[in-house]
Amino acid sequence: MRRGLWAVSLAAGLAVGLSSLPTAAEESVDIRLLAGTCAGCHGAELQGSGAIPTLRGHSAEYIRFMLTAFKSGERQATVMNRLAAGYADSEIDALADYLSSLQ
Amino acid sequence: MSKREISRLSRRRFTQLAAAAAAAPLLAPAVARGQAAAHVVVVGGGFGGATAAKYLKKKAPDLRVTLVEPNESFITCPYSNLVLAGWRDLPSITHSYAALRDRWGVEQVRDEAVGIDADARTVTLAGGDSLSYDRLIVSPGIDLRPPEEGGIAGYDEAAHEAMPHAWKPGAQTLLLRRQLEAMEDGGTFVLAAPPNPFRCPPGPYERASMIAAYFKAAKPNSKILILDAKERFSKQGLFQQGWAQHYGEMIEWVSLSADGKVVEVDPASKTLITEFGMEHTADVANVVPPQYAKAIARNSGLADESGWCPVDGRTFESALMPGVHVVGDASIASPMPKSGFAANSQGKTAADAVVALLAEREPGNPAWVNTCYSHVAPDYAISVAGVYKAVDGKIVSIEGSGGVSPTDADDQVRQLESVYADAWYDSITSDMFS
Ligand SMILES: Cc1cc2nc3c(=O)[nH]c(=O)nc-3n(C[C@H](O)[C@H](O)[C@H](O)COP(=O)(O)OP(=O)(O)OC[C@H]3O[C@@H](n4cnc5c(N)ncnc54)[C@H](O)[C@@H]3O)c2cc1C
Ligand code: HEC
Repeated sequence: MRRGLWAVSLAAGLAVGLSSLPTAAEESVDIRLLAGTCAGCHGAELQGSGAIPTLRGHSAEYIRFMLTAFKSGERQATVMNRLAAGYADSEIDALADYLSSLQ
Repeated sequence: MSKREISRLSRRRFTQLAAAAAAAPLLAPAVARGQAAAHVVVVGGGFGGATAAKYLKKKAPDLRVTLVEPNESFITCPYSNLVLAGWRDLPSITHSYAALRDRWGVEQVRDEAVGIDADARTVTLAGGDSLSYDRLIVSPGIDLRPPEEGGIAGYDEAAHEAMPHAWKPGAQTLLLRRQLEAMEDGGTFVLAAPPNPFRCPPGPYERASMIAAYFKAAKPNSKILILDAKERFSKQGLFQQGWAQHYGEMIEWVSLSADGKVVEVDPASKTLITEFGMEHTADVANVVPPQYAKAIARNSGLADESGWCPVDGRTFESALMPGVHVVGDASIASPMPKSGFAANSQGKTAADAVVALLAEREPGNPAWVNTCYSHVAPDYAISVAGVYKAVDGKIVSIEGSGGVSPTDADDQVRQLESVYADAWYDSITSDMFS
């Protein structure tokens, strides 16, 4: 359970039923946080960095195609195969939608 | 309105009621009390802290963010091994805090934090002032264990001059470089590698590689001896493959069970003594001793008996001090390694969690990534990667993801990785500082 504010209400002795609330751990990864991890290599604003290509200005189809091909190994790369293997198809879809929405 | 939004709203309402019901003034954040912007203090302007400070402002421009950091600029450990090779100079790995201040509006306090009071929610500074915070993020990095606290006998601060550690970049890096330059061809460089856990698992071996590259070009008859307190090391197969290909027999690695653990040093004679009494005399010695979380984390009650800081695997809030988040090397974030990339990744999610908690929202479910590139020879680099998520407050590595560069890759792939490593360095430092 979350600390901080809940600790306040717990201290106030009014913690009835809090434990039955859903935790985010059961939900899917926050897409902005997921896309935020790409900025370590693809540039602070995902605009590309040196030889590492930009993630901006692509269609959702392109991103989805690339990530899926990295994940399956169909497209051989240096590091993206190992990273894309960590993402569920639903996360690849969400990344494709999110990244294609960036200007 | 979705079910989730309703449940969020009702939780918010519930908290307000709970707050109203309590007679005593509550520890609720300033925003919840309808006051001026909440104040987040960040201690340490390195990989975790600089990232957190920037991302706090990026996500919540109205938040007051104060970065406490004693140094005027930040020198990265990453690429400091390339300075030892003579491939880079110190200015090229030194970064200014100007953009954090001028572009992002992070307030900067040039001082050292010396104490944290989690009840009063204040940070005391060496200069005597104190800062109050609504939430605190701490990313102070590591300290080297002195002899009396589990370090290596004889390796006290005075010994750092004769036998540099160069595990904190800057003057130590240049000192080691000067000693290597002054060494005669045919000399022996000895590197004592630390036990786990420590800052940058592939770091000692990238360092040996970079020094080998320098020797090969300038002092080809010299030797490198790595005395290790471990049985195996990060990217071992790939490093050893690269060493054989580029440096022949120049580098010798001695594992723990082969009596590699250095337990004592004599700085006057540059001698390193192992567990079973072998004495190795070096022309240049580099001692990387056992480590623990930086003093501010240990002295303020954030660290447990291991010397590192236990945290919630989702928000990186301290398991020991509520309202304080610890990221980077000081935290216990296994299976994530103690790397700059990991600290950067954690700094972002901690910033996000802090903003959410201050606004009484449930923090988003985080994701992290790590990739450590290591240069092995000119135009030849390797990497290890990992993808991580939080499951039930614990960090887990995603099955089937990550791992090291393929062993059977050709030189072209190694060259590509060296180009991507440089691109990574520029990307992550601009993610932190621009
Ligand atoms: C030789 C070497 C090579 C490396 N190479 C790589 C690499 O290629 N890739 C990679 O990902 N990682 C690499 N690393 C690891 C990386 O440097 C660390 O993991 C990273 O710096 C951790 O970030 P941090 O925020 O925990 O600490 P740091 O980046 O060290 O930042 C800590 C900051 O806190 C400040 N501070 C400390 N105490 C206080 C206090 N009391 N008050 C205020 N400020 C304080 C310090 O001045 C410092 O600026 C390497 C490390 C070494 C030693
Ligand atoms: C460790 C550095 C690193 C990280 C982190 C990283 N990438 Fe990459 N990415 C690369 C490199 C390098 C390439 C070039 C292909 C290769 O060799 O792997 C690339 C290529 C790509 C491409 C192909 C682009 C093109 O037009 O060719 C896509 C799409 C991509 N990455 C998406 C992502 C996404 C999405 C993330 C975050 C979830 C991410 N990457 C995280 C390094 C990284």
